[in-house]
Amino acid sequence: MKHKTFFWFFLPTALAMLLFIALPLTSVVSQSFHAPHEEVLLVSEICDPFGCATESTIDHQATEQLKKDKPLGQWVGFEIYADRNHLAFKEVAEFWENRTSFTGFISSLNNLQFYRAMGFTLTYVIVVTPLVILFGLIIALAVNSLHRHLKGLMVFFSLLPMIVTPLVGSLILFWMIDARGIVGSGLQEIFSDPNLSLKASTGLTWVTLIVYGVWHSAPFAFIVFYAGLQTVPKETLESAMIDGASRFQQVMHVVVPHLSPLVAFVALIQLMDNFRVFEPIVGFSAEAHATSLSWIIWNDIGQEIRLFSSAATTSVLTIIGVVILLLPVLIRTWREFNPEK
Amino acid sequence: MTSNQIKRPLGLQLLIYGFVLLWLIVAAFPFFWTMWGSFKVELDFFSKGDWTHAISGVRTQAVYGESFTGAGYEGAWIQEEFWRAFSNTAIVCFFTVLTSLTIATLGGYALSRSGFRYSFWLLIIALVFRALPPITLVSGYLPPFYAWNVWGLLPTTIIVLVAINQPFTLWMLHSFFQTIPKELDESAKVDGCTQFQAFRHVIIPVMWPGVITAGLFSFLLAYNDFAVTAVLLSQENQTMVPKIASFMGTTQTEGNVMFAVAAVVSSIIPLFLLVLFFQRQLVSGLTAGAVKG
Repeated sequence: MKHKTFFWFFLPTALAMLLFIALPLTSVVSQSFHAPHEEVLLVSEICDPFGCATESTIDHQATEQLKKDKPLGQWVGFEIYADRNHLAFKEVAEFWENRTSFTGFISSLNNLQFYRAMGFTLTYVIVVTPLVILFGLIIALAVNSLHRHLKGLMVFFSLLPMIVTPLVGSLILFWMIDARGIVGSGLQEIFSDPNLSLKASTGLTWVTLIVYGVWHSAPFAFIVFYAGLQTVPKETLESAMIDGASRFQQVMHVVVPHLSPLVAFVALIQLMDNFRVFEPIVGFSAEAHATSLSWIIWNDIGQEIRLFSSAATTSVLTIIGVVILLLPVLIRTWREFNPEK
Repeated sequence: MTSNQIKRPLGLQLLIYGFVLLWLIVAAFPFFWTMWGSFKVELDFFSKGDWTHAISGVRTQAVYGESFTGAGYEGAWIQEEFWRAFSNTAIVCFFTVLTSLTIATLGGYALSRSGFRYSFWLLIIALVFRALPPITLVSGYLPPFYAWNVWGLLPTTIIVLVAINQPFTLWMLHSFFQTIPKELDESAKVDGCTQFQAFRHVIIPVMWPGVITAGLFSFLLAYNDFAVTAVLLSQENQTMVPKIASFMGTTQTEGNVMFAVAAVVSSIIPLFLLVLFFQRQLVSGLTAGAVKG
């Protein structure tokens, strides 16, 4: 295809991505270096028989003019990045100096909004991703051994948790685990503890969110692995069987290696999607016990006075996190494309 | 694997059936439970004392004389005007899918037919854009949208959703077009067609399976979006998902949780139908990216 034809074919989609992804991205970066203007104060000295006092009033006209001249706000450099609500360098250094133990240091980091969110986000990514792969694989192996008619039915029902809107799916589970809901009250029966509530403690809230994450994403891994199982070479399996490999050995040494590129694919997609975990926190009303990076951005934007600078700074930090996650993939693709280097 | 099946020991067979059954319950039961419960009163839906009340609807019977009631639906759809959110979702999804398919088909086709280095880099950029959480872009949208007075409108949201969908749709259609032999449009070009004519007369007639699959996924992205629609739409233009989120606050305090339950079930029904009719396309779409590696 000629360059010129390519250009015209690609122009609409390029424009859409340029104007509504790339441009907002640069705007987010520049917002993160600017803070809103402070009001311009007029200081005047008022003297009366009892003495002189200075009085400051807000100069609305000058403030408006300043906002008009520099709509981005005032340049503050990395100040917002370093403040208490983001990387909090000062506080972290303080905690480090006053630490009694390493775990004590980690738990004092929990008082800082950004690190608390980071802690949950990373835990969620690290726990949910392998569990999704494991469960997806087990479900795929089990369903694959069923009768043909049952397989279609299983695929239909398995798709539901994944297809359903994350917020809606988490709400449904939220109502079921409510102390008055069927799962919530069932758990109280089982542990014979009438005050047991999955929403009350941080640990149980995390477990709930992680269970939700696995429930939501395992179907994706299942579908991908199930499709992969259809292409496992029969000859290899048969020869493994003749050589006396047990069922478990067949799975470990023939099926799993065959699926390994799919495992990498599922892991990549899951890393990207789990890192943005957000809707379940809203759905489970879990913000008191678990926040994620996406959630704090949302929280800043949702304030009455929208905290753009703060939201933008967290956004940039989140994007840096995404790039770090993607880096291995990007480097691998780069190497494949430039084998001589 | 059929030869394996015959010799599978009974214990393993039972284990497999048990596991499959367990997964079936975990995956599907919450939906049916909530659907059933949405026709009850709150005291039955949340029945702490005796869970069978949620099935039989004892208290619903006491209030309405029947064990099923549409009161939750009436409250949500009419009193809380959920119908407005439903029609907004329909508009947003329709135009998002239409626009994103149109431009991604052209772009994906061009990417699959251009062997130059820049097409590889464009795909990598699209992958990075795909990985960005949409919420990170939102603070970049708001100031200009306020300034131009386009905040809160449906068309604004549609354009933003189209753009956010592009990287994914582009990847999907690119890998689909690669499975259509290049010789098809090459030979049309030899016969004197321009590239666009070749695309129109040769590619368009055979591209529908791939386009339908890509359309399903861009529908799902638009339908399920919460981060963008919740921030960019004004109260009366809200789509279903942000509307449900705003129900959560109001209904909890006013004691009509059943409105929210009814709204949640209403928003699941279209997705149910989607899976029912397009199961094959959904499965092929999920695996399309994977099989290419």
